[in-house]
Amino acid sequence: MLLNQFLLLAAVLFCIGVYGVLVRRNGMLVLMSIEIILNAVNINLVAFGALTDNVGGEVFALFTIAVAAAEVGIGLAIVLLMYRNRRSIDLSEADLLKG
Amino acid sequence: MSALFAAVSTTAPIFVAQNVFFGIIALLMIVSALKVVTTSNVVHAALWLVLVLAGAAAQFILLGSEFVAVTQVLVYIGAVVVLFLFGVMLTRASMGDDETVASEKRSMAAVVAALLLAVMSIALIDSFSDDRLVIDQPQLVTTVADSIFSQYIVPFEAVSVLLLAALIGAIVVARKD
Repeated sequence: MLLNQFLLLAAVLFCIGVYGVLVRRNGMLVLMSIEIILNAVNINLVAFGALTDNVGGEVFALFTIAVAAAEVGIGLAIVLLMYRNRRSIDLSEADLLKG
Repeated sequence: MSALFAAVSTTAPIFVAQNVFFGIIALLMIVSALKVVTTSNVVHAALWLVLVLAGAAAQFILLGSEFVAVTQVLVYIGAVVVLFLFGVMLTRASMGDDETVASEKRSMAAVVAALLLAVMSIALIDSFSDDRLVIDQPQLVTTVADSIFSQYIVPFEAVSVLLLAALIGAIVVARKD
């Protein structure tokens, strides 16, 4: 197997995630797109770890998984709070900090 | 057949079956990811996300990282997706109003993503054109564990504190006063 096939797959997934973050207005769907981006990064880390036969790639992928779990928890709490205050999770309506 | 391949490339063997499975799984992941970012139903998006995450776990298996694959299934498919479904349930998320997104904004985002992909692909192909992965045996769990608890002990403890802080923060943010 070539290293590049994994890296290109991760690049495609990353760009799909970026498209989702830019297009989606539902807060929940934006969080799901961020998950896709983080997974692309994980594939990169594990592929480089396999290339250099180094366990560090896997360890950092595990750390990324832990951080992603924490991020989803906080993100969903924020979305729930937003829903409670405004009865909507449309991110384009959240412009309180707009100048 | 394998003798032919061995004669062609004397340095590293070509694993045909693994490449075929890589292609199938990669195609599945890309289609599912596109569905996640385009479908108008939030619950369907969460279920397509399960396919993307499972495909990533399969790629980890192909790369010989069993422990990361198992953790991916446990944490992502087991916990994160359930969390998403609970979030959808609690917010009664107005089912996909995304048809109202201006097509101009949509096409601009597509252009940004395509340009990003082009730049990254050129850089990757230029840098790692023919680097081969030779995975003759999976990475042992004991190796990962020894590494985490010796070389990476400080980041590990930091992640523990981060998880605790996230737990407390989520409770504080979402609590009804």
